[in-house]
Amino acid sequence: MSSLEIIATVLGGLTIGSALMVVLSPHPVRSVLYLILTFFLISGNYILMNAQFIAVVNIIVYAGAIMVLFLFVLMLLNLSKDNEPKSSIKMKIAATFAGGALLTVLIAALKDSVILPKTEMLENQQGMVENLGQLLFTKYVLPFEMSSILFIAAMVGAVLLAKREKQIIE
Amino acid sequence: MDTGLLIEKTILVVVIFAITLFIATYQTYMERKVAAWLQDRVGPDRAGPFGILQPIADAGKMFFKEDFIPANADKWLFIMGPGIAMFTASMTGAVIPWGPPLEMFGRTVVLQVADINIGILFIMGFASIGVYGIMIGGWASNNKFSLFAAIRASSQMISYELAMGISIITLVLMSGSLSLGEIVQQQHGMNWNILYQPVAFIVFFICSIAECNRAPFDLAECESELIGGYHTEYGSMKLGFFLFAEYVNLFISSAVISALFFGGYNFPGMDHFSGNALAILGTAAFFAKIIFFIFVIMWIRWTLPRFRYDQLMHLGWKKLIPIAMINLLITAVVIGFNSGWFTKKSAKVKQTEKSVAMMPKAKVDAQANYKINFNN
Repeated sequence: MSSLEIIATVLGGLTIGSALMVVLSPHPVRSVLYLILTFFLISGNYILMNAQFIAVVNIIVYAGAIMVLFLFVLMLLNLSKDNEPKSSIKMKIAATFAGGALLTVLIAALKDSVILPKTEMLENQQGMVENLGQLLFTKYVLPFEMSSILFIAAMVGAVLLAKREKQIIE
Repeated sequence: MDTGLLIEKTILVVVIFAITLFIATYQTYMERKVAAWLQDRVGPDRAGPFGILQPIADAGKMFFKEDFIPANADKWLFIMGPGIAMFTASMTGAVIPWGPPLEMFGRTVVLQVADINIGILFIMGFASIGVYGIMIGGWASNNKFSLFAAIRASSQMISYELAMGISIITLVLMSGSLSLGEIVQQQHGMNWNILYQPVAFIVFFICSIAECNRAPFDLAECESELIGGYHTEYGSMKLGFFLFAEYVNLFISSAVISALFFGGYNFPGMDHFSGNALAILGTAAFFAKIIFFIFVIMWIRWTLPRFRYDQLMHLGWKKLIPIAMINLLITAVVIGFNSGWFTKKSAKVKQTEKSVAMMPKAKVDAQANYKINFNN
């Protein structure tokens, strides 16, 4: 086993372990902290694939902004064993189905993927900023622009919701 | 990878870490002296001549105090908080170019730990996770004032990160690179970015003070409302770590400001020097700029009163972000105009020519030099 393979194996194991801890940890705040750790480890995996840009953007967006808001809300909620909302059996069944559907889609998507040998991963230049930008603005320009329109719609919606509530109070 | 490079980088990491800690230590002394000067006092003058040993005495005192953990605190997270604060503060130094290359033992030593091609984003990333130390520490203390401070700190960081990011994007548009090494290289001599982007500088400067949690943005440790803020329950060296991380952040953000807008190690008349003399003078110029900015930020702290919380949010969201956006738009239009995107000829111009045409002449030369150096 080369040193690169050892690093990849250890990193992958840690990622899966910390992702499992997100679900298994009894305390919600600790769960979120494990989730943040998972994002960092995923970024480590990206770096191993020579995709520095995605690695850093993953940290800035997910670990740096979204998870801060998660933590923010959880800290205010004061969740503990006693006042944990009881989930009904119907909800559990629905959650299982939703999770199963996601798993099916993920397996279907990954089924035909090609696994590169570890030695080729470091020479892979696709994750570099220039190549990624070229791809985003030429080959994938339509999905890229569509997702930005989606984001703007979500932002306008959020602002609208916040505004409406204020008007009722006044 | 050869062994020489490994040794070289290890030594560089240790040296940068030591310098960072040393400067952070003496910033506490500088802060008290600057405060005393601005308030017409003497300041610390007991330990050593001019009180120069004061920071060492303070650090010794910190170590010998009782290491206290509140009974209801989340023990592990309580210990982790200051550690994370210190870790994120000292990581950013890795991508800053501290000086021109140094010739030593027949090797060219680049005075930068890692010239990754996304250096600026690395800094943004660590600036954005810097808040976790405060959040985790504040929450784990199990004290409502600490929690308030943690929430204040996190919402403030998220708000000011946006304007900071947009002003950085403006700079990236100008220089056409995300690598800090290259951005500094392009500001050769007096060709500093501040001359092209004064508005982006002002936005970035305000945001970096806010990201450091320094007055007038230090609402997370507002003692008149929140006792001590997020470190109310902390004592001993854990408190020391929080305070120390703030000074490390101050040092690093001064370094980033000088590197991005004030030419980093470049200084006027640098073409008259070469080799090691240039490396030493360049590094000295960089540190002079850093210390100047540390002084300016301290000056602001002891001059301006603290913002009210709604004023802080108002400034961040309704003033800085629109200003940064308009600045970005104008920069993009001017760059597009200079590279002929609005004339018919543009369709035939190739992508590479465009990116070169949008830069001032000196920058193009500097970039060309950089590429040559890089290839060697």
